[in-house]
Amino acid sequence: MNIAVPIKLVPDLVEELELNDDGSDLDHDALTYKINEFCDHALEEALQLKEAHGGSVTVLALDRDEADKALFTALAKGADRAIKVTGIDENTGTLTAAHAFRAALAGVEFDVLLTGVQAPDDREGQLGVLLASLLEIPHVSAVSEVSFDGGTVTLHKEFAGGVLARYQVAPKVVLGIQSARQAPRYAPVSRVRQLMKEASLDEIEVESPTNTSPEVRRVFRPTAGRGAEMLAGTTEDVAARIAELVLAHRGAR
Amino acid sequence: MSASNVLVVAEHLDGVLAEVTFELLGLGRALASAAGGKLEVALLGSGMDQAASHLGGADRVLSVDHASLRGFHPEACVAALVQVLTEHPARTVLTSTTSMGMDLAAALAVRLQRPLIAYAQDARLEGDLLVATSQLYGGKLLVESAVEGDCVLSVLAGANPAAAGRVDGSPEVVAVAAPAALASCRLQWLEQIKPPAGDVDITQETVLVCVGRGIESEDNLPMAQELATALGGAVCSSRPIVDNKWLPKTRQVGKSGLRVAPKVYLALGVSGAPEHIEGMKDAGLIVAVNTDATAPIFEHAHYGTTEDLFDVVPALLERLR
Ligand SMILES: Cc1cc2nc3c(=O)[nH]c(=O)nc-3n(C[C@H](O)[C@H](O)[C@H](O)COP(=O)(O)OP(=O)(O)OC[C@H]3O[C@@H](n4cnc5c(N)ncnc54)[C@H](O)[C@@H]3O)c2cc1C
Repeated sequence: MNIAVPIKLVPDLVEELELNDDGSDLDHDALTYKINEFCDHALEEALQLKEAHGGSVTVLALDRDEADKALFTALAKGADRAIKVTGIDENTGTLTAAHAFRAALAGVEFDVLLTGVQAPDDREGQLGVLLASLLEIPHVSAVSEVSFDGGTVTLHKEFAGGVLARYQVAPKVVLGIQSARQAPRYAPVSRVRQLMKEASLDEIEVESPTNTSPEVRRVFRPTAGRGAEMLAGTTEDVAARIAELVLAHRGAR
Repeated sequence: MSASNVLVVAEHLDGVLAEVTFELLGLGRALASAAGGKLEVALLGSGMDQAASHLGGADRVLSVDHASLRGFHPEACVAALVQVLTEHPARTVLTSTTSMGMDLAAALAVRLQRPLIAYAQDARLEGDLLVATSQLYGGKLLVESAVEGDCVLSVLAGANPAAAGRVDGSPEVVAVAAPAALASCRLQWLEQIKPPAGDVDITQETVLVCVGRGIESEDNLPMAQELATALGGAVCSSRPIVDNKWLPKTRQVGKSGLRVAPKVYLALGVSGAPEHIEGMKDAGLIVAVNTDATAPIFEHAHYGTTEDLFDVVPALLERLR
């Protein structure tokens, strides 16, 4: 089967998330972008499926800083084709991204679309479900354990409490991957650098979609002070206080 | 006045209503009252009659009963909900950010050509505008959005009190005929699989030591186990630890794991993503150890420290010896 993996680049959550001056958006220029964690799982699952069953893996990303690196990294990991989708605002929301990917996918042969189940900036919903609905094909979110059997796809969807359900579907389908069967592989940096010199990315230009998104009024941090009392002192002071708190709340055994 | 109605999508597994359904009903009631509309709840399933008797929080139950709605079936549910909304228009559709809600909200928004606001922790009306605050970026930022007119709202599980929507007794139940599309779904639901029982039932423990990705390596788990033993509790974890297969699924706390409410919850190297918070926010005492002072876990913890867990835990063990 041919698998397409549209990936999202998102701000690195480990870093301080700077806001712009009027508090209406993130200060995108001050942020480092990287592949969304769940998209990395989707890519890994796609590569695993290809290694087990043959077929191809095509990775797509919307053009923005770090897109080239993410796409070359995907090639270094074993993807067959990498496509940079150009022509739209790089800081666009997920709905617009879904429209752009839909347009780009018109030029890509695929049976199965794997996306990350969600991304940290999915204010307008998850890419996979939006994309499937625009393409009018079925979708399942929170998916693990995908397998191909002849012409059909079998998969597990996760619910609360570790409950799973098994589904079967004939392509085409969009699966929002929760976790790959094994942790995403690493691409050697030297290999990525080499590909950046030697290989090239395909580009597909799309027209900027005309959808409207809910208006953003403001972006702000959760109110400080409502949360934890921070423990002061040396490591030993902190440990002593934690021990005291835990033993007091645990009650007698 | 149908246009000012609010429709809650009930969630259930095997006919047992999920807690989040009551959370949505509570929020839905506030929105419906503010708009002067009715609060309706869509109940989709196969042989679901019993469940309606717990939906007294709504004015009406709109029920679709069809064999293809057995288990949870994304494609069939979306088709059924489009039918429900065609016959019984509602201005605001409330779903949740659970595994089920995730497969409904964005699909409904596209099918009905309505805007969607996802990961909402709250919502209110300001005149004609619906204003909602979404928890994004792993809980590190809040984004306030406003929409006019029809919309779909996907509400964070665990963000609103369930008690507000939990009213026994069945309201009027209106059957909505299953649309023809249900007979020709492309997706097939095969079976449900229950998780195997674990060695330890973390929902029954008094003290839980939770390890997150900050624990760095499987080799550091014995240290956490030692601490749990010293405190008379058990080790549990965030999802990535289970994904790495360092601990069994039965130890996972959160949206796709278990909901726990121990007397003490000590979180070591856990960032506090909404999907994790959902599973432990009701713990009696929450203490968080995280080197990132902006980690969302500190919003929910009672006490916190930004000391390195690899310093704090040995010091704690020393103290408890
Ligand atoms: C549908 C769905 C369901 C999900 N279900 C769950 C679920 O059930 N449970 C769950 O937990 N997650 C769940 N998730 C995943 C969730 O979104 C987060 O990815 C996850 O909770 C993050 O785990 P973490 O906090 O361990 O890791 P991270 O977010 O990577 O956090 C690690 C933290 O450790 C801190 N740290 C690092 N080193 C140290 C040190 N030496 N000392 C102290 N602190 C340190 C860092 O500052 C950081 O805050 C789900 C996601 C989805 C999409």
